[in-house]
Amino acid sequence: MRGLAVSGVLLLLAGLAAAQEIPIQEIPVSERRSGLDQMAPETRAMQADDAANPGMLWVGDGADLFARAPSPEAPACAACHETGALRGVAARYPAWDTAEARPIDLEGRINLCRSRHQGAAPLPREGRDLLALTAFVANQSRGLPIAPPADPRLAPARAAGRALFERPLGQLRFSCAGCHDANWGRHLGAAPIPQGHPTGYPLYRLEWQGLGSLQRRLRNCLAGMRAEPFAPDSPEATALALYLMQRAAPLPVETPAVRP
Amino acid sequence: MRPHLLAILVALGQTALAPYRIEGDAIPSALGGAAGDPDRGRAIALDPRKGLCTLCHAGLGAGPAGDLGPDLSGVGARLAAGQLRLRLVDGRALNPGTLMPSYYRAAGAERVGAAWVDRPVLDADEIEDVIAFLLTLRPEAPR
Ligand code: HEC
Ligand code: HEC
Repeated sequence: MRGLAVSGVLLLLAGLAAAQEIPIQEIPVSERRSGLDQMAPETRAMQADDAANPGMLWVGDGADLFARAPSPEAPACAACHETGALRGVAARYPAWDTAEARPIDLEGRINLCRSRHQGAAPLPREGRDLLALTAFVANQSRGLPIAPPADPRLAPARAAGRALFERPLGQLRFSCAGCHDANWGRHLGAAPIPQGHPTGYPLYRLEWQGLGSLQRRLRNCLAGMRAEPFAPDSPEATALALYLMQRAAPLPVETPAVRP
Repeated sequence: MRPHLLAILVALGQTALAPYRIEGDAIPSALGGAAGDPDRGRAIALDPRKGLCTLCHAGLGAGPAGDLGPDLSGVGARLAAGQLRLRLVDGRALNPGTLMPSYYRAAGAERVGAAWVDRPVLDADEIEDVIAFLLTLRPEAPR
């Protein structure tokens, strides 16, 4: 009896030691699939048709904001960036910003342009204007393969992002990898688990009844894990985004995607 | 040996939780003392915000269920109360890589959301209720 009890405790201790590091295989390039592939035909049709895709409303608003000067003295985005010149940008962000000496995501880049070149205040994250401008810029990369830069300055943050992805977090001690690497294609309740690639952000989520950023999507997953969310533009949030983009390459950019 | 064992469990950070003793693959004694109520247990197990069980398990007698864990139809005939208790309390003691949350263990969790800090997923009475419910899940009698 006593022997059994002791072996139970040893098991318990072994469990504690091992719980942190459980290697899960990364999805090989040839098996990477967009969440689009698992959607119902109606939702796919909605994304494919610009007249039916609600995200295109934000893209249109973004085009207007891009062309309009934020104040009479400041240039419009369009004064510096010719039409079409931003094709490919969304496929390679987050990227290193030399002045800030850190990686910056696309929303952060737009806000840096505002402060550096337009003398304007940063737009609030998740506000309509920043979502619209980001959707407009990212839409210009639609169809291009995600191609993260090889910039070695990004490597430490990308590695930190991968470690976060694989780390059990929150009260339930789930890891992102536990669902999106090890169990994609299965179901969490009624919801099919996608591989979790950030191919379509900002995107229109039916559940949100609106457009949302990648960071908002990550807050949803973290809430499900009962974990404290990462603040947008925090080192953790950008690190995770960097790793997610590398993990998704070379799937095509879909912005604005539609998701359930 | 026994007091030593208890000391280890307390040192592991379970101070706020009822101590328990693992024997083999089971926790033989009830956590609180009170016997569980199967109806309350059913409500907890089927509530996607409380027990979360249907997110992963079919076979609990309710609507759309996930398929991340095994089908639990008839589980009450396969596993005894003590075995069910260890699987609920801390299934990671048996399989460190399991996806199934440890329902009665607050230690070892990182970056826990503010609403959940230092709390187990279910309290001792709720665990006993869920066990009582699982024990009612038996294979259909042959007609
Ligand atoms: C317990 C399962 C689970 C965990 C853990 C989880 N997710 Fe998710 N994730 C989902 C499901 C299910 C969806 C699909 C949307 C839905 O129905 O909620 C999703 C969607 C996503 C998407 C959107 C994919 C698309 O096509 O737009 C991304 C990106 C993502 N998750 C990343 C993450 C990251 C990063 C983490 C960890 C911080 C994480 N997820 C943790 C289950 C999970
Ligand atoms: C996130 C997924 C998940 C959730 C939520 C979950 N489980 Fe599990 N459960 C599993 C997995 C996976 C296993 C397989 C055991 C392993 O991985 O070692 C399992 C195993 C079990 C077993 C052992 C079954 C057997 O035949 O050996 C029981 C009993 C069980 N779960 C009950 C529950 C109950 C009751 C709840 C809710 C209070 C629950 N589970 C919630 C994933 C889950």
